[in-house]
Amino acid sequence: MEIKKGIAASPGISIAKSLIIDSEDYRIPRRQIKSSQRMIEIQRVRNAFKDAIGELTQFEAAQDQTEGGKIKDIFAVHLRWLHDRSLRKKITDLVHGESVTAEYAVSTVLRQIASHFTKEKDAYISERAADIYDIERRLLRQLLGKKREDVGHLTEEVVIVARELSPTQTAGFNRTFVKGLASDAGGRTSHAAIVARSLGIPAVVALEDFTEYVLGGDTVIVDGNRGIVIVNPDDETIRQYREYSKEFAALEHRLDAIRQKPAVTRDGTEITLLGNIEFPAEAEVVLKKGGDGIGLYRTEFLYLNTESEPTEQDHYEAYAETVSVFADRPVVIRTVDLGADKYTQSKRFAPEPNPFLGLRSIRFCLQNLMMFKTQLRAILRVSVLGDVKIMFPLITNRQELMQAKMIVRDVMEDLGEESIPYNPDIQVGIMIETPSAALTAYSLASDVDFFSIGTNDLTQYTLAVDRGNELVSPLYSAADPAVLRLIRNVIQDAHKAQIDLSVCGEMASEPEYIMLLLGMGVRTMSLSPPMIPEIKQIIRSVTMEDCNKVARKVLSMSSERHISSYLRDAARKILPEAF
Amino acid sequence: MQTPKDTSENVICETEIEIKNAEGLHMRPAMQFVDLANRFDSDITVSNSETHVDGKSIMQMSMLAATCGTQLRVKAEGPDAHEAINALRELVEEKHFDEPTPKNSG
Repeated sequence: MEIKKGIAASPGISIAKSLIIDSEDYRIPRRQIKSSQRMIEIQRVRNAFKDAIGELTQFEAAQDQTEGGKIKDIFAVHLRWLHDRSLRKKITDLVHGESVTAEYAVSTVLRQIASHFTKEKDAYISERAADIYDIERRLLRQLLGKKREDVGHLTEEVVIVARELSPTQTAGFNRTFVKGLASDAGGRTSHAAIVARSLGIPAVVALEDFTEYVLGGDTVIVDGNRGIVIVNPDDETIRQYREYSKEFAALEHRLDAIRQKPAVTRDGTEITLLGNIEFPAEAEVVLKKGGDGIGLYRTEFLYLNTESEPTEQDHYEAYAETVSVFADRPVVIRTVDLGADKYTQSKRFAPEPNPFLGLRSIRFCLQNLMMFKTQLRAILRVSVLGDVKIMFPLITNRQELMQAKMIVRDVMEDLGEESIPYNPDIQVGIMIETPSAALTAYSLASDVDFFSIGTNDLTQYTLAVDRGNELVSPLYSAADPAVLRLIRNVIQDAHKAQIDLSVCGEMASEPEYIMLLLGMGVRTMSLSPPMIPEIKQIIRSVTMEDCNKVARKVLSMSSERHISSYLRDAARKILPEAF
Repeated sequence: MQTPKDTSENVICETEIEIKNAEGLHMRPAMQFVDLANRFDSDITVSNSETHVDGKSIMQMSMLAATCGTQLRVKAEGPDAHEAINALRELVEEKHFDEPTPKNSG
């Protein structure tokens, strides 16, 4: 039995056999297999060679003789390596002799060869190592790609264990069989964690070297409440966890019972609770959990799940499905917030060195007007079906906002000329998620109908902390006085300008921040759908007087650590069973 | 060059060759060598001072890490050993893999 501590990313308990998904981007850990499995792994090696040869032969044929046929030559050389029987034999011998996985054998043999070259003083020879790494990655992609496909055809319950999970990967998991997630990398607010939470799959992230501790098929407990993962638990531990899992489910059930009751404080202040969603199917979850609408409809999935760019009709159908669920209740559609991902990076010759400060989100849209207009047309078309609003992400200055609004007007004109109906009074708002937007909220407020504070990015940009990097993720905290001052500033400016304000970041899903947000003047919150009942319970348990006191106290404090522990104590008094 | 007759029909033929192109036996020359060696039925063994490798394997040939000026011993064994040795010697020493030789070599 081995217990590893990480960060609790999505609540719940799961107990199942592990399924490991390695990545060609990281070192492949040594994994033993049973000797009876060796022939299967050897066949996987052979298939990987065969498929890699097929792929490379196509690439080679597609190359012309430009640059004296140098590129063609490189592929030709790699093909010779893949055809080399002695290379293949070295790999299958390792699988056979040491009972290890195909991935480990491929990676080990090719890295040995590469290191043989890097040791040479001659630059021409040492540069060959790069070719060998390329061949290694090509073979691993074949091996791992097949394994990833297998995840789509699961027949038994598993806990997925990986070095890192992408949001797209996570969203593709079959909830019937994928019972839990455990990853080496990531933070509580990494996108994969957000997806896991909205799908209701328990997850623990930032486990550092967990993938090296676990073998495929080991029984694993994922405790997404405490941020613990246990490998090969003993019978007593399993029994305790089964018990705990039942209690947790019972609590969830109790909370679901308040679904029909309003989110109102004990002294009568009404709060609007909306849901953050990613897929149309989640709209139902928001309703089921008692949400009043959608405060943040993320639209990136239309781009990340397919190879080709989504059409206007693809957008329209997804939005129409969601809007129809909510009738006249608000649905805030955020325009596409892409960046640092496969879609935008594949359009570049080289990856951006610092994508979080690069061409992402609204900046990307303003430089890809065709794509932006396609989405805006679809949003405007669904605006006649319900209370649809447009929200622009990552605004950093007034000029971007004016540009984006001008494009909305252009699209409206186009629709008008084509006699396609739309709501000309559609509300347009922005996310406040950069320090520059927070500091100039007074001026931005005069040109929008609402603000929505995106606390995740706001925290990340204010504190200069990559929220997905486990080496610095402890520094990431919305309770930092710097972040709180910016939030207070935005709330005050929104009130002065008399525009709507909501908080749609993770902060609104975290019980300990609720009293503070209410005390600071927030009346609308948009959160991860499974958290709605718990947050409503907290709202129904507090008075505004208490909340104001908490906010006053916190805004006078100067240390993140003190603020965090003060907020935890205050919340624990309200809803002890949530902690 | 020596060409002792084997007892069977197989011929064994050996020669010393020197790598003369500036960049040595890097990926592309290794490919040319291996491609040529594979055209012959004879087994081809290449050795430097430390090790013997299969002249038909690009992996093994590359791992010799032969640089410009390296002396290699090439041995062919089989029905067309003689032709193989001649062709390989020509590729390495006369054509230098169609690559430049060091400028200072005159």
